[in-house]
Amino acid sequence: MREANTLILRTAALVLVPMQLLFSVFLLLRGHDEPGGGFIAGLVASGAVVLFLFSYGVSATRELLRVDPRDFLGVGLLIGLASILPSLVLGQPAMTAQWWEIPLPGGGYYKFSTPLIFDVGVYLTVIGSILTMVVGLSESEESDA
Amino acid sequence: MRSGILLRNVQPLEHPQLMLPAVLSGFILALFAPLICRVAGDRCGWVFALLPAMLFVYFAGLLPEVMANGAQVVRYPWFPAMEINLDFLIDGLSLMFALLISGIGTFILIYAGGYLKGHPYLGRFYVVMLSFMASMLGLVLSDNLVTLFVFWELTSITSYLLIGFDHEDVKARASALQGLFVTVAGGLALMAGLIMLGTVAGSYSLSGVLASDADLIGHEWAVPMLLCILAGAFTKSAQVPFHFWLPNAMAAPTPVSAFLHSATMVKAGVYLLARLNPALGEAELWTLLLSLFGGLTMFTGAFMAITHTGAKKVLAYSTIMALGTLVMLIGIGTHYALVAFATFLVAHSLYKGALFMIAGILDHETGTKDVAEMGGLAPLMPVTAVAAAVAALSLAGLPPLLGFVGKELMFEAVLDAPAWQMLLPLLAVGAGIGVMVAAGIIAIKPFYGQRQETPKHPHEAPVSMLAGPVVLAGLSLLFGVALFIPEQTLVAPVVASLGGTAEKVHLALWHGINMPLILSLACLVVAAVILRYWGRLQPQLDVLREGLGRFGPEAGYFRIMEWLTRIATWQTRVLQNGTMGNYMITLALTTVGITGFTLITQYGVPLRLPVPDSGFAAGIALLMVVSAFFATGTISRLGSVAAMSIVGFSVALIFILFSAPDLGITQILVETLTVILLVLVLFRLPGFTRMSSPLERWRDIIVAVLVGALMTVLILAATEVQFFEPISAEHVARSVTDGHGRNIVNVILVDFRALDTLGEMFVLALAAVGVYSMIRLKAEDQTA
Repeated sequence: MREANTLILRTAALVLVPMQLLFSVFLLLRGHDEPGGGFIAGLVASGAVVLFLFSYGVSATRELLRVDPRDFLGVGLLIGLASILPSLVLGQPAMTAQWWEIPLPGGGYYKFSTPLIFDVGVYLTVIGSILTMVVGLSESEESDA
Repeated sequence: MRSGILLRNVQPLEHPQLMLPAVLSGFILALFAPLICRVAGDRCGWVFALLPAMLFVYFAGLLPEVMANGAQVVRYPWFPAMEINLDFLIDGLSLMFALLISGIGTFILIYAGGYLKGHPYLGRFYVVMLSFMASMLGLVLSDNLVTLFVFWELTSITSYLLIGFDHEDVKARASALQGLFVTVAGGLALMAGLIMLGTVAGSYSLSGVLASDADLIGHEWAVPMLLCILAGAFTKSAQVPFHFWLPNAMAAPTPVSAFLHSATMVKAGVYLLARLNPALGEAELWTLLLSLFGGLTMFTGAFMAITHTGAKKVLAYSTIMALGTLVMLIGIGTHYALVAFATFLVAHSLYKGALFMIAGILDHETGTKDVAEMGGLAPLMPVTAVAAAVAALSLAGLPPLLGFVGKELMFEAVLDAPAWQMLLPLLAVGAGIGVMVAAGIIAIKPFYGQRQETPKHPHEAPVSMLAGPVVLAGLSLLFGVALFIPEQTLVAPVVASLGGTAEKVHLALWHGINMPLILSLACLVVAAVILRYWGRLQPQLDVLREGLGRFGPEAGYFRIMEWLTRIATWQTRVLQNGTMGNYMITLALTTVGITGFTLITQYGVPLRLPVPDSGFAAGIALLMVVSAFFATGTISRLGSVAAMSIVGFSVALIFILFSAPDLGITQILVETLTVILLVLVLFRLPGFTRMSSPLERWRDIIVAVLVGALMTVLILAATEVQFFEPISAEHVARSVTDGHGRNIVNVILVDFRALDTLGEMFVLALAAVGVYSMIRLKAEDQTA
């Protein structure tokens, strides 16, 4: 994909991409109680990266990501699997959810849990698979051109 | 008489917690094998041998307990709900196998260090070898039918890797694949057989099956169950007509042949038959098939052995003879037969392990595998020559070696067999002659007579390679002279496990002049004559071998494989012809056919159309219909994608209308990304042209309408009936209390049904990798 030569899109992307990425993390973290969750958050984050890709091209996107999109897949699956471990260590049936309350400064607690870790795995896997496909397609297009 | 032995004593072992680590330690050491090889260098064989040596001591330590108290079961619950447990059954039979595996394994690992010295893949070799050892231990010690089967298949896979160890050799690869196909095909049958056995007996543990009150033999499944189990055991233990894979497996490095394809793995089938003998031994079919096939295998093996000149081939066929003998003895099933079984098993493992290692020494030192090209090596390799002589005497069944006792007992058992098994003595005598000749070929031909030039100048083998043959041959002699040692420690407990009476076991070298002894003498005379003229018989034997190659069971194997590829090619041509449209039509019509048929016959066609409850929903539905028609009608690809996305967004609207925000958001995001992906792909397509004829277009329309109609009817039917209480109410109720979350969709995804999600994550990742590799391969094609 040759990058779009529009100044408007490029300028907008600079503002929108970080916001959208932040929003995806927000969706991920609140997903257990409000609409959101790893899958949706992953889609939003990949949408952000695709927006960047459309405005700045593949090589700039690769620089932004620093790692190969396929690495997200591997890490995501590993994190998903790792979330099983605490239940096994504690001798419970595999995938039994574990909950820890982490006190926050200024009172209040943050509910941290293995389902959240698992959701992070989902998040990364979704990002990884979409970006692997999109970046792959864009690159093959460049090699065609 | 059935299985009283087994649950006589349920006292736990003194150190049961060591059992699981003992069985699995091979797998763990295998992980570190390449590292150890790098650090220890040429001496790594001795390092690895420490593990089986320690295991041998451990298992030997269990022996007194088993001799005194009978069988023991050590339990490790794994999936108790599914009756899949890492339970171990420790009795005479399993313990003897464990001792053979760890004891012979010790020397094999040392030997391999010398035999494969400096080999670039030595680390890899030990990884597979140690994994095999652990799998084999698991197989013989497992009390659970499912884990037994898992270990069984693991030995097939490791055997495959080891036969094909020399992976640049086409023949080695083909032999590895052949061995795998034959044993795994049998393994599948075995799985079916074990499941039937477990179901009929009402227990998936061996001890449970053996103690079961269920009528295993009279059950209506008895015949298929027996046949399936026998198929597994016969393929694994190379019984006629599945024997052909074993001689081909000699493409493996010699330590592998010595360990897997003579002393241990090929005896797995024999082990299983022996193990199940107390439960199934009274079935007539069992007795008939085992003694018949065993006898035939025994004779075929012995006969084929003398038609070959390759040292390892001769030994391989004599192994087939031994396996046949063991199966036959289980089939006969009398007290004598069981004692003969146990004695013969020990004797064979000892002398055959030694002889294989000697064959490896000969090949290693002379550079040729063909004994016809060797001669006069005794002065150069005195220790090897002596070890070979002792082991070969045991193979031939001559006094005072353990092999003699085994063979005499075998004759005794055969003569003692019921009248209808009249054929067996004949086969046994033939086999007796055959192995005596084979023993001569191995132990006399290379070492004595005219010294012949060989590709390499031979020396005495290094200590690492001599240790095994000398110790094993020495044990053959020691056990033969001091018969009370094997009698009390090995034979009696095994006979007890097989359902015989341990107290009646008595081994002796001298039984007076009786029928077996006369038969042995007759065999010896005939064998000596054959051996004298063996060299001159070669041309005739070659002709015979060729004929067998053309019409024997192996030709059948090749025929089957050929048909397999032919059918695969045909069905690939039909189903996978590379046209996207054809794939879609095949999928669509199959779905319509099968689902539609089931729906109409089981349910009927629902015709009650629901009325939308709000004008808003009706409006959205109308919008969807219009854009769907537009998408099919337009000639602009972009327009068609846009129309499809309108359908998608409308679905999202409907989700939101029915207050499912999560689904709505997901649908919108997926729609957006789909459009992006489609646009990316569309760039690459040529301009829109009509390639299909009007006829094809009508066909497509009909298929599309059929699919659409089916889905409509299906959804109508699904909303009309409810077979079960929906679980959604339960999810809603338990979301906050059990899942600690108010977003039910998310709680289901990451907690209640997280295993499903995990599976979907892998599907997603695989799909992405698939797409990526398709794009990549295409790009590489173009650059190349």
